[in-house]
Amino acid sequence: MPRLYINNLSVEVERGTTVLEAARWLGFPVPTLCHADGLAPYGACRLCVVEVQNARGSKLLSACTLPAEDGLVVFTHSERVERARKLLLELYVATCPQSKTIQDLASRYGIRQVRLAPAWEDCIQCGLCVRMCEQQMMAGAIGFAYRGPKRRVARPFDKTSERCRQCGACLYICPVCELRCHGRQAETTLCSGCLNFAPACLDFHDHAMCYLDPCLACELAGPHRQDLLLPGRIGRASSGKDKGELP
Amino acid sequence: MSERGRLRTAKDLDGLAAEGLRTLYPAQPKVLVGAASCGRAAGAAGVLGAAQEEVARLGLAWRVAETGCIGWCSQEPLLDLWMPGHGRVSYGRVKPADARRIIRAAASGKPDLRQALAWMAGDENPCTAVHTPYTRGSNGWFIGLPEYAELPMFARQARIVLRNSGIIDPTSLEEYAARGGYRALLRALTELQPEDVLREVTLSGLRGRGGAGFPTGEKWRRVREAAGNTKYVICNADEGDPGAYMDRAVLEGDPHSVLEGMAIGAYGMGAREGVIYVRAEYPLAVERLRTAIEQAERVGLLGDDIFGSGFSFRVRIVRGAGAFVCGEETALIASVEGHVGEPRPRPPYPAQQGLWGQPTCINNVETWANVPVIILRGGAWYASVGTERSKGTKVFSLVGNVRNTGLIEVPMGITLGEIVEQIGGGAREGRTIKAVQIGGPSGGCIPAEQFHLPVDYESLVQAGSIMGSGGLVVLDTGNCMVDVARYFLEFLEEESCGKCFPCRVGTQRLREMLSRICAGQGTEADLALLEDLCWVVRETSLCGLGQTAPNPVLTTLRYFRHEYLAHVREHRCPAKVCRELITYFIEPTLCDGCHACVQVCATEAILGEKKAVHRIDNSKCIRCGACLEVCQPKAVQVI
Ligand SMILES: Cc1cc2nc3c(=O)[nH]c(=O)nc-3n(C[C@H](O)[C@H](O)[C@H](O)COP(=O)(O)O)c2cc1C
Ligand code: SF4
Ligand code: SF4
Ligand code: SF4
Ligand code: SF4
Ligand code: FES
Ligand code: FES
Repeated sequence: MPRLYINNLSVEVERGTTVLEAARWLGFPVPTLCHADGLAPYGACRLCVVEVQNARGSKLLSACTLPAEDGLVVFTHSERVERARKLLLELYVATCPQSKTIQDLASRYGIRQVRLAPAWEDCIQCGLCVRMCEQQMMAGAIGFAYRGPKRRVARPFDKTSERCRQCGACLYICPVCELRCHGRQAETTLCSGCLNFAPACLDFHDHAMCYLDPCLACELAGPHRQDLLLPGRIGRASSGKDKGELP
Repeated sequence: MSERGRLRTAKDLDGLAAEGLRTLYPAQPKVLVGAASCGRAAGAAGVLGAAQEEVARLGLAWRVAETGCIGWCSQEPLLDLWMPGHGRVSYGRVKPADARRIIRAAASGKPDLRQALAWMAGDENPCTAVHTPYTRGSNGWFIGLPEYAELPMFARQARIVLRNSGIIDPTSLEEYAARGGYRALLRALTELQPEDVLREVTLSGLRGRGGAGFPTGEKWRRVREAAGNTKYVICNADEGDPGAYMDRAVLEGDPHSVLEGMAIGAYGMGAREGVIYVRAEYPLAVERLRTAIEQAERVGLLGDDIFGSGFSFRVRIVRGAGAFVCGEETALIASVEGHVGEPRPRPPYPAQQGLWGQPTCINNVETWANVPVIILRGGAWYASVGTERSKGTKVFSLVGNVRNTGLIEVPMGITLGEIVEQIGGGAREGRTIKAVQIGGPSGGCIPAEQFHLPVDYESLVQAGSIMGSGGLVVLDTGNCMVDVARYFLEFLEEESCGKCFPCRVGTQRLREMLSRICAGQGTEADLALLEDLCWVVRETSLCGLGQTAPNPVLTTLRYFRHEYLAHVREHRCPAKVCRELITYFIEPTLCDGCHACVQVCATEAILGEKKAVHRIDNSKCIRCGACLEVCQPKAVQVI
């Protein structure tokens, strides 16, 4: 069993444990955006970076992907880690100012100003939805397509796959679309979440990002109610997700 | 190739080499055409065809062969004439008609030296330490022509990796053997234990030439000692830096050197399979490698029981997916396995868990090509070249604003100034060199004041750059450093795989901010933000692309801050490059009314009758610079 040091506390963990798990087990909070228990580590959001010391100096590594090894010396709250977290969160808020998860994290880490213009992206490409769909729902109905600035979550051939069970798990786990749709609702609920899509998913369902069939609730409260279509609503069209072109 | 059985002994290899010597240094004259990709782009195929025709037409028993890059890329197409007993002479910018003329003259016994650049009196083989003189007795043929070793461009070079490039016919296994090829493999398999191979490579001090400079011996040891019976070696030939073609030159000019290096490494590490991952845009390199692999397999230099030693090794070629990021080792492995070419976090390192989850050694083309020389001459000899911590040589593609551009190989420890001034020949007419951008897109700009720095891994990192894979761009007073940084960030933004947030979003934001500064819309506060963003992208990105992406910005901010300040404070571009910040005007006292500028202006922004002073309407001018080029009296000026 490997024994490692986290913030100078020695801890012995089972082989296969990650540094993130070990740190949390000791009670050190490490913020994450692309990690979820039950899904394979992905290492994309980089918010979980910790400082790892070795003979040649130290570097920042993502805790969620770092296997706990014997003799590892880790700091979860060093100056360098804190600075990286704050700057990352500033960049996250600028990217998706509308995400409550991101807002909460930013406020917890004392982000008081954002020096970059808001981008209103609707996806941070954490890959949670993709892994959720593949690893928990065993559907594999969505994936990433393209590279670099064009990379986005997509359905095969931009059509909802037959494998999609409309379970809504992708939507449930997304840290960005939480202010929107809450999945299929009872007929009597008027959640209006779908209004926050651009375009509203009922009108252009094929372009919606949630991959769900519209529910009755949307139909009742949805885009037909022009009075609800406010010009400044959140979730402007952006590059992040599989929306295709507006017709 | 004639029918030949498997090679089993040193004598068999000698036979192969003897055959190669007959075509390498033939008793008859020989015509060599530099027909690597660079030569072909300049028209080498036509020259080769013309040479073949002319030789046939005259009924000469001369050999006409292709050869690899000799480094004088600015003079392509290059044709070389081997005149037994007299030496070899290189002709530059040769057209098919010139080739015919040169051959006719040579056939009549009187060489035509028009277009001749230099002559070669012999060659040096680093594998065998043998110097082969090309001349017998006195030589009256090339009087007045410089010898290669006298040219500063070549005198400072040391060709170890490029030892055969431009000398042998890359499609000839025999000629490779004639230069000492496969002798290192023979030695390793018959005289050395795997442990000895590792010791020599460690002793040589060889470090990875693909970018990070990791000690090769140490990497090999990790793979050797990793648990598991199946191990792989991979040659990284994904070379994606814009303007860099070191690896391509090696593969096209001397493919066997890489195969031999890989076989030796595989023996040392206990691997039996190798993969060469070649960039999609390198069809000629793939062709050359295919030929070389077939040749080696046919005589048993690859395959089972090589040299009767019981050691077996096979190599296959995988063609890249056309992405820069696939050169990153974990992305490369993912791509070979058929997955999306995106990096994954390390550890585990490929040496522990690489291809198909097995211990894997990835090395760069140039790294592999060094190996045979190390095994033949010994690690200690190799370590005698270079500096304390950076041994051997490095190949660079020298481009940009210097007189001589081309592919060069220099000993580690040579200073940047020596490269720029002596090999590169210094600044072009009327310009002053102000920096070099070294290390590819994610390298850094090192200012002229630092040209005393030696080329070694540590010095370059200290100056804020990296050795990288060997791009070396010379920048002069006509380059705006903010614009240079913006250019590289634009490249990196496009080439980021997009998986991790800081690299994908960070490079985008950096590029946006730099564009704003270039457009005169930046503020001084932006500079602090630029630095913060650079820091976080460097510190938190998942792979080397993101971790080094800020280098162009950080080094230009560090050494050329005054240029940034001129942009943000005075809205002025000192190099007069950034279009939004410059104004074209016509100096009335110089304009002679020739009307030339009016002819070229696409937007009809220039007003004036012939013979009268002209004027530019700034509301129409798109600052393309066309008028500046054509104005003879230099009346068109930029402020
Ligand atoms: C974005 C990126 C691109 C790279 N491209 C190349 C490449 O084209 N060729 C190469 O040999 N190494 C490249 N590398 C370095 C490889 O990841 C790896 O370190 C190298 O192939 C190891 O070989 P070496 O030890 O012989 O240098 C790249 C690294 C990064 C981060
Ligand atoms: S709704 Fe469809 S795409 Fe989303 S997780 Fe379920 S199966 Fe996958
Ligand atoms: S849609 Fe949501 S869950 Fe999926 S990658 Fe984007 S931000 Fe993550
Ligand atoms: S640093 Fe850039 S290229 Fe590397 S994994 Fe992250 S996004 Fe991809
Ligand atoms: S810079 Fe171009 S657009 Fe402007 S005046 Fe000259 S030619 Fe015309
Ligand atoms: S939680 Fe570790 S990188 Fe996202
Ligand atoms: S409520 Fe879910 S899409 Fe409308």
